Amino acid sequence: MSMFKIFDVSGSAVSAQSQRLNVVASNLANADTVAGPDGKAYRARHVVFQTELMGEMGAAGVRVSSVGEDHTAGRRVHDPQHPGADAEGYVTYSNVNTVEEMVNMISASRSYQNNLEVMNAAKSLLLKTLQMGQS
Amino acid sequence: MINRLGDSLDFQSQALMLRSERQRLLASNIANADTPGYVARDMDFAAALREATGTASLGTPAMRALRASLSTLPGHGGAAGDAHLRYAAASQSNLDGNSVDMDRERASFADNSLRYEATLRFINGHVRTMLDAMKSHQQG
Repeated sequence: MSMFKIFDVSGSAVSAQSQRLNVVASNLANADTVAGPDGKAYRARHVVFQTELMGEMGAAGVRVSSVGEDHTAGRRVHDPQHPGADAEGYVTYSNVNTVEEMVNMISASRSYQNNLEVMNAAKSLLLKTLQMGQS
Repeated sequence: MINRLGDSLDFQSQALMLRSERQRLLASNIANADTPGYVARDMDFAAALREATGTASLGTPAMRALRASLSTLPGHGGAAGDAHLRYAAASQSNLDGNSVDMDRERASFADNSLRYEATLRFINGHVRTMLDAMKSHQQG
């Protein structure tokens, strides 16, 4: 029965989206961290999605192929009183863009819900298929 | 006589099979809504059903039709066979090359679920009619 494959497809998408949500959460949590003793601040991370063919024809799931780092420069703020300030009095914050991360979060949660709905629909259809010829 | 019972059910079962294939395609499209470079695919249902029910030999006709339609896809063998599987054109172009239109996919998904259920009901109705016909008049 080919519809069972929907659970694999949507399940892979749900797990990929939850990983994306996880990355967004760690980015947002580190939005205001400053550079450590090594002078390097936290870098925003982004997941990269990739289509994964699931054996059976026409079934294409998703997987997270890699988690890449954002290489843009961190925010530099002039604050000589800050314990993390360098010789010129600048503090380097992480390069997380909070607005972008919030949008990312909304998009991930919408996609998550969509895939859950697909799974629920497939489940109810399969349950009705089980009762074929009985009623 | 028993042949005729099977034949009439066969059409509905092929339709049900193709509906479930299409459901899987749509689920794949929705799952890949955020994958860069993914091209949405859909099935020409009428053509696939025509091919599935037109001939009867060598395995399940529905599977054969799907195999023929999928053979035109990259990574799925040669470029032979009829293409029932189409690449859906993006209504709004996307910078990352993804052509999944979520609204359309959701609508198609709902439509396909409804038609799947309708086919199921046709089969149930058919079975009930057959059972009623087989009952003797004493049983009511």
